[in-house]
Amino acid sequence: MSRPTRVSDLSRRDREEVTRIDKAPLAPLPPPLDDPAALPAFSSLSDQARERYDGALDGTIALNLPVPSGPDEERTLVARFLAGLDKLFERENNWMFLEPLVLTMEHCAKCQTCSEACHVFEAAGGEDIYRPTFRAEILRRLYFKHVRTGGLLAAWHHGDITVNWPLVARLAELSYRCNLCRRCAQACPLGADNGLVTHELRKLFSQEMGIAPKELHDNGSMLQLRAGSSTGMTPAVVRDNVEFIDEDIGEKTGLEVKTPWDVEGADVLLVHNAGEIMAWPENPGAFAVILNAAGISWTMSSELAGYDSINYGLWYDDAQFARVAIRHAEAARRLKVKKIVLGECGHAHKALMVVADRVLSGDLDIPRESCLTLFRDIVASGRLKLDPSRNDFPVTLHDPCNVVRLMGVVEPQREILRAICPQFREMAPRGVDNYCCGGGSGFAIMSGHNFRDWRLQVAGRKKVEQVLEAFADCLDPSIPKYICAPCSNCKGQFRDALEYFGLWRDHRILYGGLAELIVNAMTDVKPGFIEWEWH
Amino acid sequence: MTVLSFLLIWLGLGVFAAASVARAVRYARAPVHLRWELYPVPHEAPERAAHGGSRYEEPEWWAKPPSKNLLGELAYMLPEMLLLAGLRQHNRRLWYRSYPFHLGLYLVAAAGALLGTGAMLDVAGVPLGDRAAHVLTAACDLLGAAGVVLGTGGALALLHARLTDAKLAAYSAPADYFNLALFAGVLPLAGLGFLLEPAPSLLVAARVVRFDTAAPLHPVLASGLALASLTAAYIPLTHMSHFVGKWFTYHNVRWDDGPDGERLRARMAEYLTYRPTWSAPHILADGTRSWRDVAGSNPTRGGER
Repeated sequence: MSRPTRVSDLSRRDREEVTRIDKAPLAPLPPPLDDPAALPAFSSLSDQARERYDGALDGTIALNLPVPSGPDEERTLVARFLAGLDKLFERENNWMFLEPLVLTMEHCAKCQTCSEACHVFEAAGGEDIYRPTFRAEILRRLYFKHVRTGGLLAAWHHGDITVNWPLVARLAELSYRCNLCRRCAQACPLGADNGLVTHELRKLFSQEMGIAPKELHDNGSMLQLRAGSSTGMTPAVVRDNVEFIDEDIGEKTGLEVKTPWDVEGADVLLVHNAGEIMAWPENPGAFAVILNAAGISWTMSSELAGYDSINYGLWYDDAQFARVAIRHAEAARRLKVKKIVLGECGHAHKALMVVADRVLSGDLDIPRESCLTLFRDIVASGRLKLDPSRNDFPVTLHDPCNVVRLMGVVEPQREILRAICPQFREMAPRGVDNYCCGGGSGFAIMSGHNFRDWRLQVAGRKKVEQVLEAFADCLDPSIPKYICAPCSNCKGQFRDALEYFGLWRDHRILYGGLAELIVNAMTDVKPGFIEWEWH
Repeated sequence: MTVLSFLLIWLGLGVFAAASVARAVRYARAPVHLRWELYPVPHEAPERAAHGGSRYEEPEWWAKPPSKNLLGELAYMLPEMLLLAGLRQHNRRLWYRSYPFHLGLYLVAAAGALLGTGAMLDVAGVPLGDRAAHVLTAACDLLGAAGVVLGTGGALALLHARLTDAKLAAYSAPADYFNLALFAGVLPLAGLGFLLEPAPSLLVAARVVRFDTAAPLHPVLASGLALASLTAAYIPLTHMSHFVGKWFTYHNVRWDDGPDGERLRARMAEYLTYRPTWSAPHILADGTRSWRDVAGSNPTRGGER
């Protein structure tokens, strides 16, 4: 048996990976994916990428860290890292998460209970660097050595650590091997939060050193602040696109579909993840059908960021997070709506309803509601005529971590599914004990180099296992099956995973949102709203 | 030796109390963080707490008072504190080692507290009477003996796990071994001391309370109590202070779904005046801008809104 990877391995000066996940024995999958030889091959990182980028960790790359030009630049980078480390523990710089971070630093018993709860660690066959404690252990040693300046006593008490550029670069990469689902924190008997450690490390790298995945920062939060949406859609473009969706959905449903824009005084400001408009237009179309049929007074906003609920700052940068959250609230304030309703996007729910809650004060403190509870109330009210037999196919429900474990919206979506899907079956475990889809914390939009392989084979493996187990009695391709994933990022991950493992092609397992299932059951709508086609 | 032992007992108890309080005050004075709760939250309404739901499941949740369910919290906290229920659920193998250790410490602490209370009553001129004193002494001896056996066994079992389990060893610092070895040494030493000491344990406690050193303690008991006192003083200086930290990790983080109040709003307003110094260019923190300025700026528009 090989020795466990140790913290000190990350300080190695060679540019070799600490481990090679493409060679690791990954956790077995149930039938029909139970033959490892038949699974897609894990593509290797190119020699060019190995040469060009630093942070050799596990055979994949999320960050594209350039190799420093020499020892001087290395020293500068390490000094910046240590400066950022100090700021992470300063009241003025990190009041937002100082208390939970310090509690986690000072009270971990290193019992490894959290490791057993982590889907990444389990899927990677118990690879040590993916233990939630591994990156926390590094930060803890750094905290006691450099922030609390404990000297030799700190090394005796907490373990020693050598800070050099290889450690910093590998730690930066390692902060993007966790989905931030916080299942580990839920399992910790002491309440330590190693998911938070990932979050805080990402912040250090972004806020001090300007290091973040291009997909989250340049093409994510920065693009959203520049153009209005991380999709790049400007207000004019988004209105055009939604108008097109309205026409398309109108033809498909036989109903007149019109999305209202910038209606002052509407009851509801609906904010979608704009990715839905681009990738899954049937979802915003279904929202329009439901809200219009239910007689809801609603609108969308064409303000900057007001039509895109994403807030990638939640995953890596407090400043970016605050900027976007404020713009969402400002859009609602300008329109004088009674409440904001968030579309099917998990991290947008948690960002605006939970994490931003204490900073949105005064006239920015506008009630915020999940679309899942609004849908539940509409369905329960009888305002829609629904025929469950239209959804008479196997349906399972994926619980987006941000909606369920991290904000406690568990039952409304189930009440709907139990009412309109006769063959609804749960995954196990479910609800607040769920597993992440593998796309959480931004991974669903990250596919550089061979990161997609890692995301699907490792981070998404547990969820694929759950899906196969939920549909174990109906894998026959003659039976169409539906994963209800009421979250845009989760859908992105399911789209990639089902294609990667051939589960749509060979077993007719499709994915989609909750709104589509509701419209599919509406008797006023032409039958067949859900099209059993790959998208 | 007896004088030194008595001094260390008082010093140890004093440091234990002061360091524990200081740690609690440090956490209590930390800035209010952004909400970061984890569900289930047991003070939610029982019908929601059962499945881990929050008030966000309710229609018009903002128009309703927040849930308060003290019984729900107690139903969670008591098994957690008394049985280490979380560890039992998530890591049964370790629980078999950790629970006896913690239960042993609880029993020893309970015996010490009872003896201390009885002794203080005596000193305060409220003697217990012979029968009550006998019962209390017997009960404390029983609790103490059980505590020593369980605590020592648990400490040795945990030490064995740290030494033999590669995944635990990889994350164990020298202090982790030392701490467990310390408990495995101190507990039986103190227990043996009480066996060798001719005076009943309640009388020993009364002497400690009175600082009556006229009759010397058995050297083994004096050594055991001295070391136990130093151990008590050491605990709150380490991560073993999780009896303090856990209150905050649960109540101030995991279950902190509290709605905003005026006091909290005022504190948030104060925090927004802080001036961050993060260096990445997109933060736009030049040392003069407050968090409010930073949040209101747009790095894609040269800092303008």
